[in-house]
Order: sequence, then structure tokens, then C-alpha cells
Amino acid sequence: MNIIVCIKQVPDTETQIKIGQDGKSIIEDDIKWVMNPYDEYGVEEALRLKEKFGGEVTVVGLGPKRVTESLRTALAMGADKGILINDPALEGSDSLGTAKALAAAIKDLDFDLIFAGQRGVDDDSGLVGAALAEFLDIPQASVIVKVEVAEDGKSLKAHRPVEGQTLVIESSTPVLITAQKGLNEPRYASLPGIMKAKKKPLEEKTLADLGLDPSEFGEGARKLNIVELTPPPQREAGKIVEGETPEQKAGELAKLLHEEAKVL
Amino acid sequence: MAQGVFIIAEQRGGEIRKVSYEIVSEARRLADSLGQKVTAVLIGSNIKDKAATLGHYGADKVLVADDPRLETYTTDAYVSVIAELVKANDPAIALLGASSQGKDLASRLSARLGVGMAQDCTQFSIEDGNLTATRPIYAGKAYTRVTYTNSSPQMATARPNVMAKNEPDESKTAQIIDATFSLDDGALKTKVADVMKDETEKVDLTEADKIVSGGRGMKGPEGYGILEELADIIGASVGASRSAVDAGWRPHSDQVGQTGKVVSPNLYLACGISGAIQHLAGMSTAKVIVAINKDPDAPIFQKADYGVVDDLFKIVPALTEEFKKVL
Repeated sequence: MNIIVCIKQVPDTETQIKIGQDGKSIIEDDIKWVMNPYDEYGVEEALRLKEKFGGEVTVVGLGPKRVTESLRTALAMGADKGILINDPALEGSDSLGTAKALAAAIKDLDFDLIFAGQRGVDDDSGLVGAALAEFLDIPQASVIVKVEVAEDGKSLKAHRPVEGQTLVIESSTPVLITAQKGLNEPRYASLPGIMKAKKKPLEEKTLADLGLDPSEFGEGARKLNIVELTPPPQREAGKIVEGETPEQKAGELAKLLHEEAKVL
Repeated sequence: MAQGVFIIAEQRGGEIRKVSYEIVSEARRLADSLGQKVTAVLIGSNIKDKAATLGHYGADKVLVADDPRLETYTTDAYVSVIAELVKANDPAIALLGASSQGKDLASRLSARLGVGMAQDCTQFSIEDGNLTATRPIYAGKAYTRVTYTNSSPQMATARPNVMAKNEPDESKTAQIIDATFSLDDGALKTKVADVMKDETEKVDLTEADKIVSGGRGMKGPEGYGILEELADIIGASVGASRSAVDAGWRPHSDQVGQTGKVVSPNLYLACGISGAIQHLAGMSTAKVIVAINKDPDAPIFQKADYGVVDDLFKIVPALTEEFKKVL
């Protein structure tokens, strides 16, 4: 079973987001870049399926040279090879552009399954996985917490929690699955894993290598344009509820929620 | 030229979901400022009798796509039918609810149509006749305003509980039309093999009006008993911080924050949650935030409308008793 995992590099979730001078981008100076947390579940699930069914796990990333680190992390976890799509013309692409480039890099590979994170914790769109599946003309199962692949590898069941229930989606392969927290506990890369990863193949490709026209990518090709970024609406620290005893404080809080905030 | 505002209504088991009324109401406001019409698409099996209520909230027209194969949502079938209806009607704007289904559908649909799609928006406006959407990114650590290029329709999903819902007016009626569409069985590659109901009857956190949430200060899984009790009395759902979930005290589905659920309730009651940035990000659009924490320096107090500096194990039960008296 050959599996592809798409990897995005994002700012660590502890990052304070600071908006740049242009008002449209974030200041990247002090950012610690990590593999998108949801992508880690995809890598882990791919490795477990490989252990069971055999085959190869290929990780595919897109972005500048620094993304190599996240791909190497996946290789150190146990993936077999990596592809980085790196082209200055990709800078500023939106989700559709990103998915188009990924599709071009993946379409000629031999694969049964594709994993992607259910969303990037930066842009929070959750679009690339679906768009990639569309461009490859394969079905998708999104926000998945459990995958059961049939013994013959030809179909699978994917558990998708939605509001108040979990849907069990049955699909033939190839299929694209977007990973949600709960799918598994991703392993840490071992020291021998890290050493081995240095020797695993990691190929870089430009848009020209993929037969794509750079004018169809980047800022100028966006369908969704960023007008501005702003800090979130500020919340002021409110009242500290006073009282001598816990009972008095609870009584005062209940009264405030009822009479002042009117939420109860 | 593309005209009108489309909304894709969401139904489950034949019942239209609340977020659909929120987006019809929002679509009405946008269409009024454009001087255009609102068309709701209702898709399912045997659902035509539900179409009229969409009119009460502001739809001028309801397109009903009725087919036994559409009874349960699948990405394949719904995207295929809706893409066809969008192409035939050529709306300027298409809105969906940012529910699990809405996000899945909108993502694939926008790729099929090759148009821009803004996910999980908290505000819309019309500027120079075009849609501008505002959406939180980095789980709310920043907001972005976006516009569209070469996108017909301009697509977006709206975060549940954020858009104001109109008062239903039964004197407002929509024209109800049976939609014509083709649905090729060969295009249906997935099916829903089973539906497992959650054990809890509680409203999902993303749709909850009130949330009582516990963090590391709960000290262990058994600590959540007092939160459950309070939640039962005030009709709230129970959430948790990442540290509580990572400690195994609560299931992943309860996690609020950047790597969990992003929530927008009317009331968010944070108990024993210090307020790590990744948690604050997930609940910053709550209308009223209450923090109960022993540590007066906990960052959560900087965001809370009401703060109680005390032992939550004393405050929460006392609060439950107070609400028992008045509710």
C-alpha cells in the first residue's frame, strides 16, 4: 500500500501573531516553524498502515527551503521519501493554487491513499485537502478519527465525528483522508531515525519541473485576496466578583450573569 | 451577469439546522443591500414540506433537490447536485454554514467551481457591489478581511452562533421550486455505512449556546462531576483545555482551542483554566466569558468579563445551588 502524506509547515501554536507593516502579512522573524499538528496524525497513520500492509510512504510539502525540516521530521518518524515543491512563484498562492501544485506533483505517483491535516492551524481554511482530492478526481473523507482499511486494501471505512454523531464513511481507494486529533498518538522520531532520515531521498521540484505555468500561481493568481490583517477585537479585563465567602461570590456572579449580562 | 445570493440549507433527518436560518437571515441583509434576491437550496429526501420555513426567515425562493440518494449527506452527491444548480442559476454569492457538513461541502464545491471560498467567517459586508468577508485566522489570534477575484459565485461559510437570526415571519412566503438535476451513480464513490450517535445528548461545543469548560485546575477526571452538574442546571455543554485532554481526563472531542474546537457561545465559563494562548484563541468570540481560578495572575482574567478568584471546587457547587434557585 503506497501512501502519500501532505505536509504544511506552520507557526508553532504558542506563537504570538504580530502583523507586519504592510497590514497583510505576519512578522515571521521570531517564529518557530513546526509541522502542522494535524499533519502529524496523517504521518503516523500512514506509518501504521505501512507496517501492516507494506509499501512506501511519501511525504510532500510545498513552500520555501525551511519546509525541508518538517519533511525530514516525517522521514525521521519513518516515511521513506520526500518531495518539496519549492518555487518563488508559489509565494502568496491561495488554497486553490497550493492544491493545484500538489496535484501536479502527486498525480503520476503510484498511491492508494493520501493523508492531509484536516486544516492548517495558520490559515484555518481546511480547503487544500478537498481541493487536492477534486483535482485528482478521487473521493475524500474529512476530519477523520479512525481508519479501517479492508484486508485487500481496496476499500476502507473512515470515522468522521460531526455534531452529535459519528459517521462511518465507506470508500473505495484511492481516497484522500484529512486527519483529526484523536486518530492516533504520533510517535517521536528516534535518534537512529533522525540519522537515517539524513540519507533518505528528498527531491525538490519547481513549477517548471511539474509542467506548470508560474503565472497561474502566487499572489497575482489568488481568487481570495487579503485586504488586511487585524489583531482580534480586544477584550477588556472585566469585573472581579467580590465577596467574603465562596457562597457570596457565587451568589454575586449568578446575579451578574442573570441581571447584567443577561445570559442566564 | 451573476445575480442574487444563494444559501445552501443544511438538514439532518429532515430537520433544518439552526445555522441555516442564521445564514438565510444574513443572506437577506446582503441581498437587500444589493437589491437582489435570496435563493435557498434545500437538499435531501422527502424534505419539500420543510421548505416554507426558509421563506419565513427571508428566502425569496427555495430550490428543493429531492432524491432518495440525497437523504444522507455525502460529499460526492451533494457537491455534484449543488454545482449543477449553481451553474444553472449563476448567483453572485453563495453562503453555507460552517458546520462539519458545510465546511466539507463548501471546500470541495469551491474547488469544483474554481472560485474563492472564505471559511468560517464572522462578518460579511457588501462593498462596491462585491462581497467582503472577515474571518479569524490562527484560531482567532488575527482576523483577515478578504475579497474575491474571478469568483462567480463568491463563496463563504459562516461560523455558527455568530450571524443574527431574523425573527421568523410566517407572512413571508418563498416561491418553492422543484430543482432539476442529474445525478450519475458512477460519480458516487462514498457512502455512509453507519451513523453512531454520541452517548451524550449535549449540544456539540461548536453550536452550544453555553459552555462550562475545565482545565488543569480540575485536578483529574473526577473533578468534572461538578462541571457536569452545573452544565445540566444551566443547559450548557462541557468543554476542556488541551492539557486536560492530553492528560486523558476528557475526550478529544471536548477540546477547545487552536488544536481543538473553535467555539462561539453566549456564555463561556472557564474553570481552572489559566488561559494559554492556544486556548484563548479557541474561545475569544464567546459573548460573555467568566473565569474561575485560584491564581489572580492567570492570563484568563485579562479576557474575562467576570472573574472569580477562589477555589473552583467551592465556587462551582455554590453556583450550581444559586442557579437551582432561579432557573
